[in-house]
Amino acid sequence: MSPPLREAGTRPLAPAAGLPPLPAGRGGMDLAEALASALSALAANTLRAVLTALGIFIGVAAVIATVAVGAGARQQVMQQIESLGANLLVIWPGTVRQGAVRLGAGARPSLTWDDAQGVVEEVPSIVAASANIRQGLQVIAGNQNWATTIQGADPDVFVVHDWVIEEGRPFTAEEARAGRKVAVLGATVAEMLFPYENPVGARIRIAATPFEVIGVLGRKGQNAQGMDQDDVVMIPFWTARRSVMGAGRVWSRSVNFVSLKVAEGEDMRAAEEEVRALIRQRHRLAPNEPDDFNLRNMSDVAATRDASSRTLSMLLASVAAVSLLVGGIGVMNIMLVSVTERTREIGLRLAVGARRRDILAQFLIEAVVLALLGGAAGVVAGIGLSHLLGAAAGWPVLIQWDAVALAVAVSALTGLFFGFWPARRAARLDPIAALRHD
Amino acid sequence: MRDADAAPGPLLVETEGLTKHYAAGEGTVAALAGVDVAIPPGAFVAAMGPSGSGKSTFLNLIGCLDRPTGGSYRLMGEEVARLSPDRLAEIRSRRLGFVFQSFNLLPRADALANVELPMIYRGVRRRQRRERAAAMLAAVGLGERLHHRPNQLSGGQQQRVAIARALVNGPDLLLADEPTGALDTRTGLEIMALFQALNRSGVAILMVTHDAEVARFAARVLRFRDGRLVGDRAQVPADAAAALAALPAAPAEAA
Ligand SMILES: Nc1ncnc2c1ncn2[C@@H]1O[C@H](COP(=O)(O)OP(=O)(O)O)[C@@H](O)[C@H]1O
Ligand SMILES: [Mg+2]
Repeated sequence: MSPPLREAGTRPLAPAAGLPPLPAGRGGMDLAEALASALSALAANTLRAVLTALGIFIGVAAVIATVAVGAGARQQVMQQIESLGANLLVIWPGTVRQGAVRLGAGARPSLTWDDAQGVVEEVPSIVAASANIRQGLQVIAGNQNWATTIQGADPDVFVVHDWVIEEGRPFTAEEARAGRKVAVLGATVAEMLFPYENPVGARIRIAATPFEVIGVLGRKGQNAQGMDQDDVVMIPFWTARRSVMGAGRVWSRSVNFVSLKVAEGEDMRAAEEEVRALIRQRHRLAPNEPDDFNLRNMSDVAATRDASSRTLSMLLASVAAVSLLVGGIGVMNIMLVSVTERTREIGLRLAVGARRRDILAQFLIEAVVLALLGGAAGVVAGIGLSHLLGAAAGWPVLIQWDAVALAVAVSALTGLFFGFWPARRAARLDPIAALRHD
Repeated sequence: MRDADAAPGPLLVETEGLTKHYAAGEGTVAALAGVDVAIPPGAFVAAMGPSGSGKSTFLNLIGCLDRPTGGSYRLMGEEVARLSPDRLAEIRSRRLGFVFQSFNLLPRADALANVELPMIYRGVRRRQRRERAAAMLAAVGLGERLHHRPNQLSGGQQQRVAIARALVNGPDLLLADEPTGALDTRTGLEIMALFQALNRSGVAILMVTHDAEVARFAARVLRFRDGRLVGDRAQVPADAAAALAALPAAPAEAA
């Protein structure tokens, strides 16, 4: 028999015997205790908690990864735009038609070197222009050789594209006019042909013609199509036409494309229309005839691409929203199950003095903790996934910390929102019915 | 109807025309059909009667777990029949303790945590809760089993944990619905001895039982039939400790 029974009558069991008095006020658990209690309730059914948090986990991981990859892609596009040069207009030849009949050989070329000259001379908002021809050719330096793109261009090409000369110098107007055989190498070509020495001053041969290397371009990286913009050799336009890409067309004035730089602060659209009008006039197009050339504002292209990446982001965001919704419904479902399973516990808590709001808080906290655990794991997985995707696809990845914070906040809100109804149901249980429940 | 032995001063429990109706099919059933009773502080009352006679309904109303359909109920002079659920929770927290037939312990929590539970809802700090819960468990003879979980305790030990839990907030009235219903005779007697010791230390007890053997340890017996009080009689309580000592030698409770 237990000692207190023998001591009966000496008031050993008096409720407050020898103990500090209970506080007069009342209150619930503090937050730390509530969290610990929620965690232990979830730990009692770990597998179920993990499966429930999975929806939110996937949603959050998806948000973070897609936002990071999207931001990285956008940054890359911006860099590509920059590598093309700011305020850039590009013209390239269109299909030459007259009525429905395509013109035969010997018809006038649709875009010429003189068009480029005309534009820079006659359109005040165009500050620099370059006519360009390109051809893939073999370049040889000593015993190294490399297949690359030779681009014949006017000396202003470096200004038009804001290209930086890393070593040496660009070719001059004088050299261009004289048809000198001088070359400025792209960074990749310089690396391939001259892995150990400074190429400036070296001699190379382009399609058997000797050239002097006078400069090396700064690295520009890939363009939007994934092509290496540094795999190029720049030479003067007429040198290219006469000495390298001749083959019977030595006197041809036609070009592959013309690049134009619009003066800083000028309205791009107005400049574009002036250029269009001038080229149409030079090509003697009647008002009802369509353009026989294409004209593009490169920042428009950038904006389009940016807009499409935004659309993609919106799409991904809605995917994430759907998975958060599904995750939230999972939380609600499991909390309802939990409330049913723990009906007797709720009845007991009510019997020993819990108010409805104490029960409400208990189950709400549990739902939020569950959702937040899923969210936190999702953040970790999302960051990992971003880097994995970036490494696999060679994309840059930019973790957007505001998106991470938002995702965590949204998962907490998901728990709060979807946990509310089950928690309210728990709080409104009738104590007697709950105690009798089985 | 007033007790002959009613002490002067405010009554602990006083009901007049207490009724409770439950919806049953088309109409309603009167689980309690007008009960007048007065219980002074420090009483030890047993409520008896056949199954379905309204004993539990009466206990739940007195325990503020439920609100009556009609009539009045004053607990320590305060009219509580129409209070809101949260006010009733507060009264349960301060004035009342419950012991159930099936113990109703939280299965994942150890004895100490189970006894701490009522104090959480009174905002007692963790440290003080631990101290008080440990002292209360020691007082019911479980000082060595603070960290046992319910499934590691015998039925009698579990009921002691439940009693410690009921007492820990210092209630004026302990309510017990068939507290020995799930226990063997010896363990039941031990619980009755504990109740009598508690009662001597000043805690009033209202205990529902259908077992006359158990009811004889109370000082007063209420008899219910069909939701009405049909008997109210004071008696000289049998001594549970003596009854326990008189039992033929039996194996001690599992350690
Ligand atoms: N929640 C309820 N809903 C409907 N009827 C109930 C409910 N609780 C009790 N009753 C009915 O009220 C009567 C008294 O029940 P109860 O107080 O539990 O009796 P006892 O405890 O004496 O066995 C019984 O007829 C029972 O069926
Ligand atoms: Mg009953």
